Amino acid sequence: MTDDVTTTAFDTWVRRFADLVADERDHLTELDAAIGDADHGTNMDRGMRAAVAALNELGSVGAGPMLTKVGMTLVSTIGGASGPLYGTLFLRMGNALGDAPEVTPVRVAAAFHAGLDGVVARGQAQAEDKTMYDALAPAVEALESCLANGLGLGEALARAREAADEGRDKTVPMLARKGRASYLGERSVGHQDPGATSVALLVAAAADTLA
Amino acid sequence: MKKLINDPNDVVAEALLGIEAAHPDLQVDHANKVIYRGGSPKPGKVGIISGGGSGHEPLHGGFVGHGMLDAACAGEVFTSPVPDQMLAATKLVDGGAGVLHVVKNYTGDVMNFEMAAELAAAETGARVVSVVTDDDVAVQDSTWTAGRRGVGATVLLEKIAGAAAEQGRDLDAVADVARKVNAHGRSMGVALTSCTVPAAGSPTFDLGDDEMELGVGIHGEPGRRRVPLAPAKEIAELLVEPIVSDLPFNDGDAVIAFVNGLGGTPLIELYVMYNEVNKILAKHGVSVARSLVGSYITSLEMAGSSVTLVKVDDELLSLWDAPVSTPALRWGI
Repeated sequence: MTDDVTTTAFDTWVRRFADLVADERDHLTELDAAIGDADHGTNMDRGMRAAVAALNELGSVGAGPMLTKVGMTLVSTIGGASGPLYGTLFLRMGNALGDAPEVTPVRVAAAFHAGLDGVVARGQAQAEDKTMYDALAPAVEALESCLANGLGLGEALARAREAADEGRDKTVPMLARKGRASYLGERSVGHQDPGATSVALLVAAAADTLA
Repeated sequence: MKKLINDPNDVVAEALLGIEAAHPDLQVDHANKVIYRGGSPKPGKVGIISGGGSGHEPLHGGFVGHGMLDAACAGEVFTSPVPDQMLAATKLVDGGAGVLHVVKNYTGDVMNFEMAAELAAAETGARVVSVVTDDDVAVQDSTWTAGRRGVGATVLLEKIAGAAAEQGRDLDAVADVARKVNAHGRSMGVALTSCTVPAAGSPTFDLGDDEMELGVGIHGEPGRRRVPLAPAKEIAELLVEPIVSDLPFNDGDAVIAFVNGLGGTPLIELYVMYNEVNKILAKHGVSVARSLVGSYITSLEMAGSSVTLVKVDDELLSLWDAPVSTPALRWGI
């Protein structure tokens, strides 16, 4: 049995993420209303619907070009800070995956790492700034270390999901230092970061679909 | 939610149709949600574009026209436009002398304009210079925040840089004037009520009848302090004193004084505020060379006001006085 991930699985991953975002749309917007500008759910939902529409139009391509298309669509449709950040995440993942029809678990992890690097380059966030980084970085680290320790992709993604959830929860007491929440200073403390929350959905969708 | 809308999802697109119908001098690229001057590009003239989330009208689309902006990109309500829009606007107004991007300092706006400038350079070779406004003294300017927000000074900057471009100055000179306005401009605002993003359907934050939000942003993002409602003279002090001490504005300085409404405050109250602001400035020995009173950078139907002061010299004043013909600002023509 191989753990290689098919292009179809990546397609399912994006669609699953779109479904989770649609389900959590109002919750994401409520979280954003507390410390931002009340549009994260609306914007992510609009972007992911457009990404799914783009997938429906897309002919037979490999996982790399598929995720590149998703990234370009998100940049063009989300707006705000999430557009460039999620767009860059998918664009870098697409570049990292290339055109192979099946992708080894190590390459999946490398693609997530490339996506994380893209988010850092675009947003210049660091650990504990109270951003999507705080969920994404621990998830990528868990994924890579589990694979390095010989675990299968399914197990590694399950651990990554736990790490993303923990990272998301840890944003609650943090003082925001990036994005609109940073304008609140101390008043950002006690609220869960909406970006970290949507990243946890992204990783949960991956755990559901990529293995 | 009580709003004059048809469908929350169509607000921006339908408003652009209205702008196009009401102002024959302007054209609208509906696919990219870009408002631009008829006859663009003007050969040899520096193009100036801006843009941002919708809901701040007349900023930015109402400032497109002779002597101000060449194009404005309308994002979703309170959401930065996407790079495709700024790329389209840049192409529409580039008359060969390059394009100035006026960007308000919000994480999303800065990132989307950055991506647009990269795309413009790659696709067309157009020379783009960006000037970021960050005049809001309510935000601490430190490496630990996203930096100060771009608010009221953006309006004055667009007018003054627009005049410089209309005079035929080159891109670097226009950008220098724009940076000078931002460097000499400071603002602060107060909200008396929240506002409702159409797609969200309920107010962005709750504010009691006896409370006000000091240092509020233009996206309904809460400010730094919630304080009891006070008379206009005290509110004016709470806004003007931090502005004056921040630049600082000194005895003998001349300023453009801009008292802005946030969307839900009537002009009569803005004039009550202006009277108070004027008295405080006189006490500091700051002379008001020009004034602007009205709702020019808004936050949907939020009640409240912001005060912006820009320290001016003869150059900035003559550019301020130069003719302008846009839907929202019009004089000298």
